[in-house]
Amino acid sequence: MPAVQETVDRVRQIDVDQYRYGFETLIESDKAPKGLSEDTVRFISAKKNEPAWMLEWRLEAYRRWLTMTEPQWARVNYPKIDYQDLYYYSAPKPKKTVSSLDEIDPEILKTYEKLGIPLREVEVLEGVVRPEGQRKIAVDAVFDSVSVATTFQKELKAAGVIFMPISEAIREHPDLVQKYLGTVVPTSDNYFATLNSAVFSDGSFVYVPPGVRCPMELSTYFRINERNTGQFERTLIIADKGAYVSYLEGCTAPQRDENQLHAAVVELVTHDDAEIKYSTVQNWYPGNSEGKGGIYNFVTKRGDCRGNNSKISWTQVETGSAITWKYPSCILRGDNSRGEFYSIAISNGHQQVDSGTKMIHLGKNTTSRIISKGIAAGVSQNTYRGLVTAHRKATGARNFTACDSLLIGDKCGAHTVPYVEAKNSSALFEHEATTSKISEDVLFYCVQRGLSQEEAVGLVVNGFVKDVLQQLPMEFAVEAQKLISISLEGSVG
Amino acid sequence: MSLLEVKDLKVRVEEREILHGLSLTVNPGEVHAIMGPNGSGKSTLSHVIAGKPGYEVTGGEILFRGEDLLEMSPDQRAAKGVFLAFQYPVEIPGVTTMNFLRTALNAQRRARGESEFLVPDFLKKVRNVAASLNIPMDMLKRGVNVGFSGGEKKRNEILQMALFEPAVCILDEMDSGLDIDALRVAADGVNALRSPDRAMVVITHYQRLLNYIVPDFVHVMSKGRVVKSGGKELALELEASGYAQFEDAA
Repeated sequence: MPAVQETVDRVRQIDVDQYRYGFETLIESDKAPKGLSEDTVRFISAKKNEPAWMLEWRLEAYRRWLTMTEPQWARVNYPKIDYQDLYYYSAPKPKKTVSSLDEIDPEILKTYEKLGIPLREVEVLEGVVRPEGQRKIAVDAVFDSVSVATTFQKELKAAGVIFMPISEAIREHPDLVQKYLGTVVPTSDNYFATLNSAVFSDGSFVYVPPGVRCPMELSTYFRINERNTGQFERTLIIADKGAYVSYLEGCTAPQRDENQLHAAVVELVTHDDAEIKYSTVQNWYPGNSEGKGGIYNFVTKRGDCRGNNSKISWTQVETGSAITWKYPSCILRGDNSRGEFYSIAISNGHQQVDSGTKMIHLGKNTTSRIISKGIAAGVSQNTYRGLVTAHRKATGARNFTACDSLLIGDKCGAHTVPYVEAKNSSALFEHEATTSKISEDVLFYCVQRGLSQEEAVGLVVNGFVKDVLQQLPMEFAVEAQKLISISLEGSVG
Repeated sequence: MSLLEVKDLKVRVEEREILHGLSLTVNPGEVHAIMGPNGSGKSTLSHVIAGKPGYEVTGGEILFRGEDLLEMSPDQRAAKGVFLAFQYPVEIPGVTTMNFLRTALNAQRRARGESEFLVPDFLKKVRNVAASLNIPMDMLKRGVNVGFSGGEKKRNEILQMALFEPAVCILDEMDSGLDIDALRVAADGVNALRSPDRAMVVITHYQRLLNYIVPDFVHVMSKGRVVKSGGKELALELEASGYAQFEDAA
């Protein structure tokens, strides 16, 4: 049973409390009517005050979506989704405000403590609002999220970096958005991406101008400010010539959402000599011990190395969600461009993961590297699905893939489905794969030296994923390491 | 009170009884050798004392300083001071030996209600112990036992023994896979850890090891029982006449 689940259940109780405090009516009024129709799309577009071209774009996607069918090829099982029985838009919920950490469930605090998240950040994450009188004192002693955010914004502005919700960017930078939106993941790409195109709620927009190295990891900013990762997120990041940006989405803290279906789209574009490093830590509600509930996470993430010598690197730590369907990919269009995919995917309990990447070599002398670590425990199923392909003109394409699976217990499954296509004779593709089980002997060795069963599993698994953890921004690597141990609690004995 | 007391121990693996009522008493400062042919139950005894899963104790008891050891989980036993040096130490890729040592030592200290070692203090301690065992620090930066030679693996076991300072050390076939020079280095390491407070149980096939680690007592096991006990001369006697004489006794 996933240990985070208990914590998450408690988070749900807070939601229930919100209901008791009478926030529910407020929420109802801001919901789009149930179901999906042209009217829903219009409602969402109107809510966001979008220009006409955006509405047209959405409607076109919606009409396209009506003609499509849900993909069935992934190794996941779930009851048929009734798309007319869902809500497609609701304004972010007002959080129940509390005035100090004392009011927050000690169990939740324990999880933060296990993750090693500093208390001042927990206050922000849990929405602690200090009463006016105390607030002034707090500003000096306690890290104030608002002022930090403002400082960050100033710094980014000075560097010329645009970083804002995509809904604002549509209004303020329509030229940039129109130029890039849907150019990496077209509206017709796949069922879930098309659905997203029609109804996406919000997400981030980042533009880094030529020659600029973004002055901070956007993760730092993100952690403190953005918790409302929504149901249909849409993110677009552009690194212009010679620019660099590192972006981290998600949070190690457990996250819950009323909406079971999530279908995000992320598009990355790098021009000549530019680089984007995109890291994800995903810890959505995985469902209960019987496999009930939990988020369905159907994500389309793709990067386009449009310019020569450009680079895109995906790093993901996936520990949550009932179903993960996700293949962050790179189109290596520019000559000498490089794509990387580093992945840790953990499934426990009844979770199902079908994840991997696509490296599409189009330009000359393009290189890619895939390091995938899948860990399956409980009765979960964990599949790596990958495609490495070299176009006939992609001379000198190089790929290295290492795909390792680790099984914990004897009721889970690990599967590897690699596709490799080389259409020219100069391509050099290497593929290595291993599947192993945490052996009783290794666990016994560790416990004989004083580690508990759970510490032993955590240690062995962290050793297994070490190569990937090293790719994460430093401050998250430590948290992710702890998250991995927490995700596997109760997976043995 | 004895340090370790095994009383009339009966152990099954699946449907087969391996130990049929084995008794052994070990006092602080003593070194006991347990000898016997393959399949006599020597390794089973060491595994049951350490708490390895897969063995069913159907009778008897094991007391450690008068406490019921069989009631404790393997990690609790380790924290109490039971150490098993493995015949085949396992490899743990991606986990540096240094990290492993610190995690384990601090887990034991936590379980005993002691404060954890901070990194600088820990490093100092490891450096001293490693130097005394002729273990280069570079070796400790590698994954636990990954790519270690047979001798290095055994020295790593002794390093842990020295760091954790257990009350009872069980050495399971320490000589297996070692050439004579590596054996001598390992034995020197073990001898350095002999002390009036610490007991050792040395499990071996061959008398050879006992030339280097000289025991106070020798027990001969056959078919799941101790069939003869004596002083160190018993080992020499065995070397001369073999185990066959005891097969009937068992």
